Amino acid sequence: MKGVIVIDVEKCLGCRSCQVQCALEHSHSKNLVEAIRERPAPRARVRVEAVDGLAVPLQCRHCEDAPCVRVCPSHALEKPGIDDPVSVTNERCIGCSLCILACPFGVIDMDVTGKAIVNCDLCVERLKNDRLPACVEGCPTKALQFKSLKDVSSGKRRKYLTAIARGDR
Amino acid sequence: MKQTVDRAAQKVLDSTIGRQAKTVWDRSEAMEPRCGFGDLGICCTICLQGPCRIDPFGPPDQKGCCGADADTIAARNFIRAIAAGCAAHSDHGRDIASTLLHAAKGGTGGFRITDAAKLNAIAAELGIPAEGRSPEQVAEKVALACLEQFARSPLPFMQRAPEPLKKKWSQATLWPKGIDREVVEVLHRTHEGVDADYRNLILSGIRAALADGWGGSMLATELSDILFGSPSPIRSKANLGVLKADEVNIVVHGHEPALSDMVARASREGELLDYARHKGAKGINVCGLCCTSIELLMRQGYPALGNFLSQELAILTGAVDLMVVDVQCVMPGIQDMAKCFHTELLTTSPKAKMPGVNHLEFEESKAHALAHEIVRRAVDAYTRRRPERVNIPDEVMDLVAGFTVENIFTNLGGTFRSTFRPLNDAIISGRLRGVAAVIGCNNAKVTQDEGHLAMTRRLLAADVLVVQTGCSATACAKEGFLRPEAALELAGEGLREICETVGIPPVIHMGSCVDNSRVLRALCEMVKEGGLGGDISDLPVAAAAPEAMSEKAVSIGCYAVGSGVFTVFSPPPRVEGSRNVVEFLTRGIEDVTGGKFCFERDPVKGAEAMIAHMDAKRKALGLSPMMYKEKIYKEKK
Repeated sequence: MKGVIVIDVEKCLGCRSCQVQCALEHSHSKNLVEAIRERPAPRARVRVEAVDGLAVPLQCRHCEDAPCVRVCPSHALEKPGIDDPVSVTNERCIGCSLCILACPFGVIDMDVTGKAIVNCDLCVERLKNDRLPACVEGCPTKALQFKSLKDVSSGKRRKYLTAIARGDR
Repeated sequence: MKQTVDRAAQKVLDSTIGRQAKTVWDRSEAMEPRCGFGDLGICCTICLQGPCRIDPFGPPDQKGCCGADADTIAARNFIRAIAAGCAAHSDHGRDIASTLLHAAKGGTGGFRITDAAKLNAIAAELGIPAEGRSPEQVAEKVALACLEQFARSPLPFMQRAPEPLKKKWSQATLWPKGIDREVVEVLHRTHEGVDADYRNLILSGIRAALADGWGGSMLATELSDILFGSPSPIRSKANLGVLKADEVNIVVHGHEPALSDMVARASREGELLDYARHKGAKGINVCGLCCTSIELLMRQGYPALGNFLSQELAILTGAVDLMVVDVQCVMPGIQDMAKCFHTELLTTSPKAKMPGVNHLEFEESKAHALAHEIVRRAVDAYTRRRPERVNIPDEVMDLVAGFTVENIFTNLGGTFRSTFRPLNDAIISGRLRGVAAVIGCNNAKVTQDEGHLAMTRRLLAADVLVVQTGCSATACAKEGFLRPEAALELAGEGLREICETVGIPPVIHMGSCVDNSRVLRALCEMVKEGGLGGDISDLPVAAAAPEAMSEKAVSIGCYAVGSGVFTVFSPPPRVEGSRNVVEFLTRGIEDVTGGKFCFERDPVKGAEAMIAHMDAKRKALGLSPMMYKEKIYKEKK
């Protein structure tokens, strides 16, 4: 499966189910009741941020020319190919936090130990098995979707045309 | 996940129509993944500042808006569930009491006092003199005395409990102040800004649960026996195959016995039978779902069509002409299913209506006429049945039901009164390990019946006598565990000997979910009979709800724990987001009541926890080692 996580801001209710499912996916047990007792606690890579009544889940955009990758002095952050997600190799991370400073979206976090960063991995293991990213699957209103950019733009074209046809534009 | 282990249910789901139909399992799948906050009980929607959620992966010092932490939030949500369960059982009890009052006053509905001996026994217990009074006069006093319990203490049936338990209740102030009052108090305490101490909250919940078990549920059982007759062992059948292709099939569904008793009576009347024959049917077949069905099964031997998750499947057979429902566990989903068939769905309780569904309101004074109308409508619906859409699976199982505290051991001992001596002796001598109550619902999150069957199989193999009620009993009935022959196939050697001597199946059907109060009474009788310690918590007994679903089940679990019983409960109530609440329910509370919860999700491991508990209690009592080696338990695939 290839694609990007797309957010429909009008559909987000701010329930934070994406956060719970993300942390659960990055737990050892993958079982909610056990996962909440794991130490260190599994961390969510997506955060619902709310400003002025607008709630939006934010996570790594896996930029093509990713500033975090560029500033990383130890090559812990990598972007192997254009369709690949930005990946973190914890062993190489020196905890300098330059990536956190460089990220324009503020979606990279330091883990609780302060030794390495945590970032969205686009659920690569799930994608390999043709499963949607955990946050997308966990979203009850489908505010989060996993699509190819082609589908995103064709969807936008249709929406634009529909608006013209209805005389909304 | 497999939907069901019930072969009849699977056949219906696999049929051409079944594959197209949307059932509870489809809707359940659409709900996945369940909201983690809700599932863990740490989402608070009580006040309008919320909803507040505690991030289960977040730091430990999180608080909601008002400052409530995960413990307070989980405990508040939990006891609100108990209050709802207590309310449901007890309101059912209130309706029975009001029907008894109606019958006592010579009402026109057709209700009458069926078991005068039980009436006198209950009257004596309530301190109501029966001498020189007619049964109706006594019944009026009994009904009023029961209705009193809703408003104020004492709850006289609590006096049945052993003295040490009563002392524990006194020490922890667990005596209810009245059934309704405890429900109200839980709602008050959990209101924004009242009780924030999770222990204090939970104990208040336990008090409400005790008001259910020893109050609302218990009086529902006792008064139903008086009105509709005390059950006695009776043969019947279970599963979807009890539907008849050539008869009018009337399905009673819900929980209360009053209307279904009348419907059953009406279905036997010549005038209506003639009407059915006139319309081309060979007869009128009354069967049921959930506990309404069990009330009819226990007292009159009417067959059980299935348990909670079978309700849509019954309609899917295309053979149900009319389904009449009262209250509780009636899924709104059945209205969509009924629309796809000729099935006429009727609601009858002013408390339970569905938009677009015909409603014939149950009134005590018009019950008989209403029952006539229902049967007549069923016959009319029969003429609209489309035989090409009928698909009745042939699965039917024999069963024996109808056991009560009063009748279970009457056959043994050669005395005129029933005695629990044979049971206690069997436990003391090591023939029986103990007694387990496996009860509770179906839950679409768990494969239908699998938990009940696996757990019961494991317990029987370990020489544990299993008593059952509600959907759990129906699950085991469908699988044939309620036949006396089942002892040969499933029971350990000691249990088999007892079953053969007493002439009982290894799994004892004690009735509907309010009849879990019979189990409480049975525990008291075991203590009273002697030799097994002075309190319920000393007995080698355990309880379990392996497929729990409803708030009623939560309340039952809590009154079991509140009465000193080790109780396996799965899926667990929504408290797992709070470590302290889980700790208190599974350990701390034992110091207060002698009982505790075990939240084991695997039914076989749950059974093993129950067995270990019984062994520990046997050891504490210094009982003989088990007489026979445990039967090798094989998991059935």
